Amino acid sequence: MTAVSVPTPLARREARRFHLFVSPWVVGFVLFSAGPILAAIVLSFIQWNLLQAPKWVGFANYVRMVNDPEFWESIGNTVEYGLGSVALGVTFTFLLALLLNQPLRFQGLFRTVMYLPSVVSGLATALLWLNILHPDYGLINKVLASFGIQGPGWLASQEWAIPGLVLMSVWGAGNTIVIYLAGLQGIPRTLYEAAEIDGAGWWRRFWSVTVPMMSPVIFFNVVTGFIAALQSYVLILVMTEGGPGNATMVLGLYIYRHAFVYFDMGYAATLSWAMFVLVIAVTAIQFSLAGRWVHYEFK
Amino acid sequence: MLVETAVKPARPTRPGTSLTSEQAERVRRVRRSGAYILLAISSAVFLLPFLWMVTTSLKSDAANLAFPPQWLPDSFNFDNYLKGWTGSLPFNRFLLNTIVITALSMAGNLISCILPAYAFARLRARAAGVMFAALLATMMIPREITLVPKFVMFSKLGWVDTYLPLIVPEFFGVALYIFLLRQFFTTIPQELIDAARIDGASELRILWSVMLPLAKPAIAAICLFSFVANWNQYLENSIYLRSMEKITLAQGLGMFNGQYVTQYNQMMAVALVSMLPILIIFFLAQKTFIRGVTLTGIAGR
Repeated sequence: MTAVSVPTPLARREARRFHLFVSPWVVGFVLFSAGPILAAIVLSFIQWNLLQAPKWVGFANYVRMVNDPEFWESIGNTVEYGLGSVALGVTFTFLLALLLNQPLRFQGLFRTVMYLPSVVSGLATALLWLNILHPDYGLINKVLASFGIQGPGWLASQEWAIPGLVLMSVWGAGNTIVIYLAGLQGIPRTLYEAAEIDGAGWWRRFWSVTVPMMSPVIFFNVVTGFIAALQSYVLILVMTEGGPGNATMVLGLYIYRHAFVYFDMGYAATLSWAMFVLVIAVTAIQFSLAGRWVHYEFK
Repeated sequence: MLVETAVKPARPTRPGTSLTSEQAERVRRVRRSGAYILLAISSAVFLLPFLWMVTTSLKSDAANLAFPPQWLPDSFNFDNYLKGWTGSLPFNRFLLNTIVITALSMAGNLISCILPAYAFARLRARAAGVMFAALLATMMIPREITLVPKFVMFSKLGWVDTYLPLIVPEFFGVALYIFLLRQFFTTIPQELIDAARIDGASELRILWSVMLPLAKPAIAAICLFSFVANWNQYLENSIYLRSMEKITLAQGLGMFNGQYVTQYNQMMAVALVSMLPILIIFFLAQKTFIRGVTLTGIAGR
């Protein structure tokens, strides 16, 4: 951006226009983002159930959080769910996108089918998967049974509840597929032609052209996928309410419960700061690792 | 390039180059049918739950309760749709509420995102960089952080159990949509804008007559994003809307679940009906939609 030391009347007029045009967002930012964020900082030092007068408690909410075993359990579950859904989701949807990018007949139909689940209302998805994952008559275990395999208890068991939710998250990852497709369409054909002339086979072209060229898009999906996964809990709220035991009590659900079930607003705000730190930390780790594997055309 | 070095350089050359054209054609054909088989299998996996939803919605009450459950309905009970929709829950009312909230929110999103996006893409100002960084930052902040203070704020305003907390913020810009539109506006050639300026067109005129027609796919994508998001909005709705005559389809489905835990047939019927408008819009606008989403991919690089 050019630094204008003495703004010309024209530049000043342009700047005025800029401020006028962005003003709806600025007002929204102050009222619905910055304001609530500042309030959330204050709230985390307060004990308040919305009925009685708020009470200043200093760092008590933070001390309580650090000593709260359920909080640590929810962090563990959140990370497990995040790692699972991103690892499985990012690789599986990438492979699907590669297939969907082939010049084949019914391409549009296949793409629509894979995108369909993303359009289904969250609640319908939850009801549906409650049945798919049912230990006795669920779809998955029925298919497994026809191969003579005894399926796990899924949402009814402590160990398999999170893997079950991970499976559901991959099913609904249509957005990720479409973003991959967009990226694949953006790779210049000339790179493949050059590789072919050099005698590179399919596998070699995949590793030396597709993967490096796609790495910024993969990176984008990993980062946004983690952010979304660490924040998600609405389906889990509907499906398991955190159970069995605390097996699926993720941090978002734990915050929701304290805010809107126990009306413990101060502690809920404190917990949401923990989530903020978790998201920032995970994102920062990914950005620091990005230099090792993400390939940019222009450095 | 880093990935390149990670690959073993001594990989033997593939036989592809030394084949005759006939053999190469055969390899290609085998590979293509392999791709079809893989696509068919994965499509089935993606579609199966839908088919199951449809068959469940057609089962009789007896078949619904049968154990072990039946895969296919014993008879086609289309009346599940009627029973579920007009049963003890006022789904007509829920539908109307959902339409009102979705339409107003979409209108708000369009009005409030186009102008800032144009400004971020095409107008220079000293604060622009900082403001854009703030815009991006709001996309990273978990919504739980603002959920509680926003609830407090709206309840102080007496807005709980009204549509205002769901609609009013939509008129003040959505960071994701502004970012998406901005990316699109930046791809429109400067010459077009300069030509319009020379003709004496105002900024608003340029936006309306030059930018918007060219940005149609992006606008369509935002309409669809906004439509789907508001139509399916469950969390915020259930926080703010309390009384029976105000709640939406997504919430209605939730209540349905609680009331008729065993009547999956009616539940699935209502779920299918409530997602029908989205499916219709998606099919109609599919090409525009995919092209619009292409931009999100570019934005992510």
